[in-house]
Amino acid sequence: MNALELKDVRKSFGKSEIIRGASLAVAKGERCAIIGPNGAGKSTLFNLVSGRFPATGGDICLNGRSVAGLRPFEINRLGLARSFQISNLFEKLSVIENLRCAVLYSLGYKYSFWQRLGGLRDAHERALQVLEEIGLQRQRDVPAGVLTYAEQRALEIGITIAGGASVILLDEPTAGMSRSESDAAVELIRKVTVGKTLIMVEHDMSVVFGLADRIAVLVYGEVIACDTPANIRANSAVQAAYLGEP
Amino acid sequence: MKPTHIANPRRHRTLTYAPLNLSRYLVWTCFALVLLAAPLVFSKGAALSILCVVGTVTILGLSYNMLLGQGGMLSFGHAVYSGLGAFFAIHTMNQVGTGIHVPTSLIPLVGGVAGMFFGVLFGYVTTKKSGTTFAMITLGLVELVFAASLMFPGFFGGEGGVTTNRVIGQPFLGITFGPQIEVYYLIAAWLFASTVAMFAFTQTPLGRILNAVRDNPERVEFIGYDTQWVRYLTLILSAFFAGVSGALGAINFEIVSAENVSAIRSGAILLFVFIGGIGFFFGPLVGAVVGVFFTVMLSEYTAAWQLYLGLFFIAVVRFAPGGLSSLLMLLLRVAKFGKFSRLWKPLLAVAIPAVFGVLGLVFGTELLYHLTLESANGSVTRVFGMQFDTHTVTPWLAATVVMLAAYASYRRTQPVYMAEWDEVNAEIVAHLKRGTA
Repeated sequence: MNALELKDVRKSFGKSEIIRGASLAVAKGERCAIIGPNGAGKSTLFNLVSGRFPATGGDICLNGRSVAGLRPFEINRLGLARSFQISNLFEKLSVIENLRCAVLYSLGYKYSFWQRLGGLRDAHERALQVLEEIGLQRQRDVPAGVLTYAEQRALEIGITIAGGASVILLDEPTAGMSRSESDAAVELIRKVTVGKTLIMVEHDMSVVFGLADRIAVLVYGEVIACDTPANIRANSAVQAAYLGEP
Repeated sequence: MKPTHIANPRRHRTLTYAPLNLSRYLVWTCFALVLLAAPLVFSKGAALSILCVVGTVTILGLSYNMLLGQGGMLSFGHAVYSGLGAFFAIHTMNQVGTGIHVPTSLIPLVGGVAGMFFGVLFGYVTTKKSGTTFAMITLGLVELVFAASLMFPGFFGGEGGVTTNRVIGQPFLGITFGPQIEVYYLIAAWLFASTVAMFAFTQTPLGRILNAVRDNPERVEFIGYDTQWVRYLTLILSAFFAGVSGALGAINFEIVSAENVSAIRSGAILLFVFIGGIGFFFGPLVGAVVGVFFTVMLSEYTAAWQLYLGLFFIAVVRFAPGGLSSLLMLLLRVAKFGKFSRLWKPLLAVAIPAVFGVLGLVFGTELLYHLTLESANGSVTRVFGMQFDTHTVTPWLAATVVMLAAYASYRRTQPVYMAEWDEVNAEIVAHLKRGTA
């Protein structure tokens, strides 16, 4: 069974069809990168998969179960978490509180107003564990809004993985980073997605070829190829559409 | 004074894993002692009545801040819940002796449950949306309930409202709730319990997710939470405490009228809470004290009290957008870092002209009010304990000169103070960042 499967997914905004029958299957534990020229619909595809917008047609299956028409929180509860291209944090809350919010639902505390947050040892420990993984221990009590850009990107990933989802969607996790920051981010992503299914949108080819087991190429709302990095590099249709002349 | 964006160290300490927090017990003990001892200081009848009003307004303000400060929900209709709670409370009191037995001390629970019931009912509609839409729906709701209150005089008592006698049932240990002091302690007990409960709420999973919904509702949906459900549950809980406050008000005044469910009452709560500050838990307490000062005390002395309240509100929004509580916390922080010695001289240089400016403004306003509203009683009026003839030039000139002189010197000293204030706070923020990063 595939972790995520897109079957002829379509999305129109008004008269313009952005996603025109995209199909993709990602196996459990696989790291898949989605590349494509600007405006190909990569972020839109993420928004459809995570439930931010409903798809106009086709079907999306998460671990064999259709998630079409579900709201974002319902899809999240089924084991899919996503990050955002533009950091999407709880700015007034501290780093550790951002992470604690992200673990509460999955640990079963849900809407509890009869338990004391300070007494939930497992939530605290899980948040601290993620804090350590993303390397922000020294910023734990700093409000998320005042972190540096790279720190915010790390926290963005931290919030995404904290809930323990099995399918992780990362939207341009290294966008706007320097070379060394981006290398650190790749290491972080590699570390925190061990044993999980990763689907990422990325522009930086060195990140893509370094991380991905498979690469899907999205052009004008269609997946024109999905293969190993080596085969994608050699694929003439991909070269024409995206990578440019060799 | 412009509060800069700060990382409040006091707040962060509470965020760590801490099964026990001794300093917090100390704060609660002090709060309880103040409530117990307050009547010793304010023993006169009028002062005690004012304390009672402060208590009920505080509960209502704290419950309102669950929505606004903690959840980012700007409601224009919070009086619906306190007012309907009050009506159910007063009808229950009037039924005591005809078969049902609810002691006066538990009447607030009746109000709370009624408030909660209407929270379940109305909240389902209002919390479907957030932001401006939520605000508009609450405004529509409060107008709806207010209109309904005039349409059903049987329940709402029409223009005159519903009255009661709070001395009902059998006295318990000699307590009849007739004397004001007994009502005070009833309100104080409910105030303490409600405050503890509402503070505890901020320390629960739902309370924290509510903060997350305030900061970034979209992201909350992607970590497993239905933001609408978060808002709805919060509103239901908030409506309970609003109802408690309404019932205590009914016991205190022994009358409830349509005004209790009006948009005006809702707006007043918003105003008080904003003046007190929505960013800190205790902000509404400060707001209740200030608000009651203006509406109950100042209105005894001057017809212009609403003008002063409005001007004060504008001044708070302009100079301390985080409310009085944030101003207080910023000053305390400056003191904690030992930098107040650098600030007090420029602060004094600003405060003195500011005080004179306010005095001049009040003087001029009082003259004007007398001239336009009370000229039938002659041209002579008393301001600040002195007699002035509004038909002579001298008092008008004096008011104008004082205002202009105060404004001129304020313009000179204010930049000096602001520069020092900004510098001190920049140093503190830099220090805090060094400490954590």
